[in-house]
Amino acid sequence: MADTHTKTSSLAESFAKRSPSERERAWEKNTLAPTLAKSPERQAEFTTISGHRIERLYTPADLPNWNPDADLGQPGEPPYTRGIHATMHRGRLWTMRQFAGFGTAEDTNERFRYLLAQGQSGLSTAFDLPTLMGYDSDHPLSEGEVGKCGVAISSLADMEVLFDQIPLSNVTTSMTINSPAAVIWAMYLAVAEKQGADLSKISGTLQNDILKEYIAQKEYIYPPEPSMRLVIDTFEFGAKHTPKFNTISISGYHIREAGSTAIQELAFTLRDGMEYVEWGLRRGLEIDEFAPQLSFFFNAHSDFFEEIAKYRAARRIWYKAMTERYGAKSARSYALRFHTQTAGCSLTAQQPYNNVVRTALQALAAVLGGTQSLHTNSLDEAWALPTEFAATIALRTQQIIAHETGVASTVDPLGGSYFVETLTNEVERGAWDYIKKIDSLGGMVAAIERGFPQREIAEASYRYQRELDNKEKLMVGVNAFVSEEKPLDILQIDETVAHRQAARLKKLRAERSNDDVVRRLSALRTASKTRDNLMPFILDAVKSYATLGEICDALRDTFGTYEEVAIT
Amino acid sequence: MPEKKIRVLIAKPGLDGHDRGAKVIARALRDAGMEVIYTGLRQTPEMIASAAVQEDVDVIGLSILSGAHNTICPQLMKLLKEKGMDDVTVLVGGIIPETDIAPLKAAGIAQIFLPGTSTQDIVDFIHQRTAQPS
Repeated sequence: MADTHTKTSSLAESFAKRSPSERERAWEKNTLAPTLAKSPERQAEFTTISGHRIERLYTPADLPNWNPDADLGQPGEPPYTRGIHATMHRGRLWTMRQFAGFGTAEDTNERFRYLLAQGQSGLSTAFDLPTLMGYDSDHPLSEGEVGKCGVAISSLADMEVLFDQIPLSNVTTSMTINSPAAVIWAMYLAVAEKQGADLSKISGTLQNDILKEYIAQKEYIYPPEPSMRLVIDTFEFGAKHTPKFNTISISGYHIREAGSTAIQELAFTLRDGMEYVEWGLRRGLEIDEFAPQLSFFFNAHSDFFEEIAKYRAARRIWYKAMTERYGAKSARSYALRFHTQTAGCSLTAQQPYNNVVRTALQALAAVLGGTQSLHTNSLDEAWALPTEFAATIALRTQQIIAHETGVASTVDPLGGSYFVETLTNEVERGAWDYIKKIDSLGGMVAAIERGFPQREIAEASYRYQRELDNKEKLMVGVNAFVSEEKPLDILQIDETVAHRQAARLKKLRAERSNDDVVRRLSALRTASKTRDNLMPFILDAVKSYATLGEICDALRDTFGTYEEVAIT
Repeated sequence: MPEKKIRVLIAKPGLDGHDRGAKVIARALRDAGMEVIYTGLRQTPEMIASAAVQEDVDVIGLSILSGAHNTICPQLMKLLKEKGMDDVTVLVGGIIPETDIAPLKAAGIAQIFLPGTSTQDIVDFIHQRTAQPS
């Protein structure tokens, strides 16, 4: 498959076809040539962090067939290159949504309330690995992992504590949970109901993107088929009961963190989105009934313009795919909304204060690319989960961009730049090549089973590592400008978290009606063997305080588990 | 006579699935002429120790980003000792707070490689280590 490197040849061809104006040709002869003769450029070739070739200068000659009305359009109108709202950040700033979670539900509840008090506008929950893998905190495989990478949630009782004194009718919450997403979402809905919130009005986002788990992050439980069924169950349930809740956040973030190029991130994510749409349609759902609840999540990496081009191209591709492939009629279905997180993999353990600068620049790219919400990483995350001090700087970084730089004062300030428009076109073209390749493999599930996206990412990731090792690409403080420094004060996760969680689970199992739990789990198990939507059964089980592990085990009984064939 | 290849087991213990580092290292060591066996994801210390014995490896490389290193590493070292594999070199790569480095080394981990390490440094370390007379 042609990736960005082999693509340079076709790009070179397209540049060969450029027909520069007479003035440009005169400039090349009279000004450029003598300059190059006197002082050659720093490198023979300039490429993005993804290996995409960048030319010396972009002029109208690079956009020969470009039509501003058709290709750029107006903000809030197809093809949405300039953004999905007419006024973009002039009308409403992006949601500042910092991902947080560690220790017990009490610990994270405290951090949530702190962040809201600091002016954060939405919540985003990080769950620990046992939760992500559908194990209770007291499961043998959870040993050493409880509360480490996020908050430990084993039952509705934990979820009640997590959102204590946080009114779910007013605050939007994002939950980074995938394989057990239906269960965690059911717990969230149960808490919202208990608080007296109207489910038809609550809003938030469930990550629920299992395809990128097989591709990149690898936190899967069940095989693809039953996993996709659970996802479509949440679409169907959400369309009916929680129309304002994003039932999925189709994520390129993790694909990029796994080492993909920008074009691969874009292509695999959007093709994942198309796969979900196709499975929803096959279930018999109407496109405009569930597509408005699909949202996206992209990475903001360090190559500034490549990232901006990626977001602009994303909107254009999604608009075309939704209207041309799936016949979407509602703007709410074909206007791509996305969250962005700055690139965790770009953070360095060395000279960690430099990470504030990296994050600020990445966040700026996301804002200029028209993001709807944003998480900025903390400076200490190559060492540990962030301290409150580091998390506050990360939030302040967004507030500075929003209120001091002026970049939010106009819509798509880079629109019409010869460079940005050309790069947007090239990124779009590269992504379509991949999308069509995946179509030809029989769709994303089939492509994953053949290891196609996994292999492409592994190649790109290894190539980048080689470039770092050979100093063809530089990282300040890592392979250039190295200096000695003092260690940081980092967040230590209390080792008693696991014991406290285990004690809480023991108490829960003793106090709840176990007959009720057994009955509801058995109803879920029976339903899992039919084609019924499982959400009502999961909700029922959750409300009896059946644990996450018990519910996931019931489904493991029917669905089995998935093991990948590792590609190295 | 061809020199015996250094045998390395790259393992991903714990529940974490972030395997970018493990896969890059596996490939870099292979490119450096070593025999590399990658365990795949979610290996318990028991599974890793058994694989190390079965594959008769010289080096075990653990990739841990989840914060579970203080639980996993001592367990693995104990199992290796029980299986008579005390001479195997165990390396850890990943997100490891500075304060945990000394205790991990005291538990028998030969070296800890933090984010940003060049793959050549790891190759060099393994060569140096395996060249030493046991």
